[in-house]
Formats: sequence, structure tokens, C-alpha cells
Amino acid sequence: MSAAELFVVSSRPRARVSTRFLRSELKIIFGRRRNMAGLGVLAVLPVILAISIRLSSPSQNGGPDLIIAIAGNGLFVAFGALALELPLFLPLAVSAISGDSVAGEANLGTLRYLLAVPAGRSRLLVIKYTAIVIFALAATFLVALVGTIMGLSLFGGGDMTTLSGTQIPLADSVWRLVLSSLYLAAQFSALGAIGLFISTLTEQPIGATIAIVLVDVLMFILDSISQLAWLHPWLLTHWWTAFADLLREPMATQSIQRGLITAAVYAGVFWLAAWARFSTKDISS
Amino acid sequence: MTSASADSAPVVTSGLTKRFRRQIAVDRIDLEVPDGAIYGFLGPNGSGKTTTIRMLLGLISPTAGEISLLGVPMPAAARNALRRVGSLVEGPAFHPYLSGRANLARLDAADRYSDPRTSQSRIESALDRVGLLAAAQKRYRAYSLGMRQRLAIAASLLMPRELLVLDEPTNGLDPQGTREVRHLITDLAGDGATVLVSSHLLAEVEQICSHVGVMYEGRLVAQGPLSELRAGTVQTVRVDTDRPEDAGRVLAELGLSDIQSSAGYVTANLGDVAVEKIMPNLVNADVPVLGFAVLQPSLEDVFVSLTGEGFDVSG
Repeated sequence: MSAAELFVVSSRPRARVSTRFLRSELKIIFGRRRNMAGLGVLAVLPVILAISIRLSSPSQNGGPDLIIAIAGNGLFVAFGALALELPLFLPLAVSAISGDSVAGEANLGTLRYLLAVPAGRSRLLVIKYTAIVIFALAATFLVALVGTIMGLSLFGGGDMTTLSGTQIPLADSVWRLVLSSLYLAAQFSALGAIGLFISTLTEQPIGATIAIVLVDVLMFILDSISQLAWLHPWLLTHWWTAFADLLREPMATQSIQRGLITAAVYAGVFWLAAWARFSTKDISS
Repeated sequence: MTSASADSAPVVTSGLTKRFRRQIAVDRIDLEVPDGAIYGFLGPNGSGKTTTIRMLLGLISPTAGEISLLGVPMPAAARNALRRVGSLVEGPAFHPYLSGRANLARLDAADRYSDPRTSQSRIESALDRVGLLAAAQKRYRAYSLGMRQRLAIAASLLMPRELLVLDEPTNGLDPQGTREVRHLITDLAGDGATVLVSSHLLAEVEQICSHVGVMYEGRLVAQGPLSELRAGTVQTVRVDTDRPEDAGRVLAELGLSDIQSSAGYVTANLGDVAVEKIMPNLVNADVPVLGFAVLQPSLEDVFVSLTGEGFDVSG
């Protein structure tokens, strides 16, 4: 069958790239109560963090304190919240979404109807993964945004002290927060590719989610065993805390670059693994 | 240039086989659904109907054999074929927390050939066609089994289809709903669509199908126009009488087989015996005859004659 013939036969496919399917996917993810509740939990943490720092802040006691120095700029709440949610909360949220992506549809039986439409197997994986990436971005920026709002309203927006001890103005610190969020969202997107792959292996979304969290935790544990130092640079999670380098003056980018390359490799390998698995899989659910 | 296949039949398989680990679910079947037919795909639960349908739709890949769907090979040209096929596979499946209407919108959005501008009107008319408009806003989880089944049928009607593959479409419907679905299927066939409808309810298929294929333990044991299949089976006579024992004895003497006496009537296989000889013999034997009939073999009789067994679940 020639390409020309395909073109004639399928005279009706839309020439332009349509975002309809992606929008439908996002509506399902963000419209689901369970996921809204999950995002709510992510957003609560910076609130708790900001209020507890505020209450323990020595401004009432009068004495100068380190907290005053670092908390003179409210954006620190956003960075702190990202650091606190980095080990578990944000990866867990991404694991839940990515674990559900294919296995959830298989579990409901909707997968067979999507494929019979036909949605196209490769196209479905592209849409599913794009939605995971968008969710990772949304979750990370939600934490950063709530942290920023809480921080600025409780601590004001003065100069921020970098980890190198210098002071940077508000606009610069906002820019660094955006970069940090993008960096972390990229890391979580790589985890989401692992999740997408695991999700193609099973019809149990909860099982898939647990497996992804286990992979995430396992990488953290391996990263903490000093005898395995040779392995550390190959672990996705090893580079996650590197976002703190963006708070140095000037920004240290070496680890950030390594981290982005590692994330890209993980994302590419596991997306292809998911594709290899899914494109030939018997859908018997 | 589109018809690479010489065969114009919408569904053709040759030697189609599916093996799951050790078990052969579908064993070298040569299916042929003629253009415009309502093809009843029959067989007990577990006989391989759904596995075959999944292979036709490209959901599972055959172990061996070939499939041509609407003139193109499956699963190689799945995209081209499937967009012209509406399907219902192994019961309805939708997102429980979305409304019926939102579920259809979801499927329509996944279809790269559907026009978003007409999406709403196509969804409404599909809902209308299955009588679900009033419940369109309800969440799917609140639907009864019959409503779910209707929604699944509506989903297969979102786009104009040349072929409908409906796996057990009346499962869970009440008699009224069953009748509506039967009408719907004949309507769709009237519009020019070919319909492949699987069922384990023989009586239901009997009423609407022009062709049947019978699956049994993974094999296609018979296929063809319904009338031809019927012709190949034994005819049964029924004699209503208040002395069934005597009537049975007379029928046995005449050479009829498989005589079964019940209270008030007796039935027997006609075999080669001429029908007109029966009544005189009964009268001569002083058997009071209250009624006499030659029964058309039901699809169930056809089935039993083909497989030698009842229409039960096969392991």
C-alpha cells in the first residue's frame, strides 16, 4: 500500500494537530476528585510550613535569628516546600497519575474501546505521557505558587539570601524559583515515564502506583548507601536535590545539566519500553 | 486501487487461530461475513466468540491466520479499517464518574477522524437512537446494566459505520430493551451496514439474522445463510393427544426416531418418513388426535445437530 493511497483512503483525518484528545485526557485527570484531593494535599504543605515558621519566628521575642535572615524573603517558603515534598509527596502524586494512565483504562475496560475507536496505540501513549508531564508541571508549580503566595504575604518580598551568602533581588529569586520548578517537573516527568511503562504491564492501577513508588524509594535508598557510590550518578533521584544549586551565586549548573540529561535518558528509555510493550500487547481486559 | 483483496466481504478470515499458553481458544476458523448481512455469531460461553471478535478489532494478535476487515488486512491497516467499524466488545465499559454524555464525548475526542464541530449533535443523536437522552447527564455509575448496554451501543453509532461488530448487545436488557435493540440492528442493516452480532441466545438471533456462524470449542462448526443451515437438520413432528403412549408406539412402528412422550403430546424426529402417512396410521390405531404439526427446527436444534451437545458452557 503506497503512501499516496493511504492519503486518499483516509481523506478525512484532520490535517492539523488536534489537542482534543489531550484536553479530554487532562479533563479526566484534573476533574477526578481523587486527584483534586491529592493536589490539595500538595498545596497544604507550604501553608503549614509558612504558618509554622511565622509562629516560631522570633520577631515577637525580639532577638535576631537566622530564620529572620533567610526568611526575610517569602520565596524561601516555596523553595522549602519543594524540598520537603521532593522525597515523597510529589513523586507519589506523579506515581498515582502515571500508574493509573494505562492500567486504569485497562481496569475499567475503557482501553479496549479507545483502541477500537481507533485511538491508535502509539498515539494513546503519546497523549498519556504528555498528560503525565503536564500533571508533573502543574503539581510542582502548584507547590511553588502556594509557597510564594504564603511566603510573600507572611514574610514580605525583600532581598533573598542565596546559599552563597549574597543577596539577590525579588525578581531574580522568582526567576530562580521558576527554573527550580521546571527542573523538578522534568525529573518527575522522567519518573512518570517509568510509571507509564509499569502501567502497561498490569491491569491494576493501584499495583502499578505502588510499584512506581517502590522504584522511587529504592533509588533513594541506593543513593544513600555510600558503598554504591559508583551507581549514584546513574540514579534518577540522585540529581533531584541539585535544584538547590540554582540558589547559589552564581548559579551552579553542572549538576543541573547532568540531572537533565539523566532525566531525558530515563524518560526516553522508559517511554520506548512502554511503547515496545504496549504496541504489541494483547488487550484482553 | 483500494481493493487489494479480491474478496468484497466485509469480514474474511482464513485459518485464524489464537493460542493462549496451552489452550487453543480459536482454532483455524474461516469466517466470512457477506456484505449487508446480519451475521449471527453463535456459540456457548467460552467457545471463542469474543476472542475472535478481539482479533477482528486488532485488540489481540492472532497466533496464526489472516484477517481482512472491510477489504484491508488487520491488524496491519487497523487505523483505516477500524474507523469504519462500530463495536461493542464484551460488555460496556466507561468511566464511572463521568456522565453518559461525557463518556461519549471522551470517545469522540479520541477519534482523529471525527469532526469536533459536529461532535455534540452526533452525540445527541446517538443517545437519542438508543433512548438514553433523558439519562444523558447522569453519572455512568448510576446507570442500570441495561442503560450501560445502551450507552455502549450509542458509542458504536457516533460515526457512520460500514460494519458493526456487536458482542452480546442485548446482555442485561429487559424484554422491551431486547426488542428495541433487535429493531435497531435491523434498521442499521437497512441503512446498508453489515452487522456481526454475537450471542449465546439462539432464539434472539434467529429472529433477525440472515446468516449464522456457529462456534464450538474454538472451531467454526457451521456457517452460511440461516435457511441453508436449517434445511440440513431433522424435522420434528408433534402430535397432541390424550394417549401419548399409544401415539408414540404408532410413530415408532412407522420408523420415526427419538420419540418423547409428555403429558398431552408426543414428539418425534421425522427422518425419512413421509409426513402424510402419519395421520392415517394414528387414526387406524384409534389414537385420538387433537393436533398435529411439523415443527421448523429451531436454531437450537440446528446447534444440537451440529455439535451433538446442548448449548452449555464448554470448558
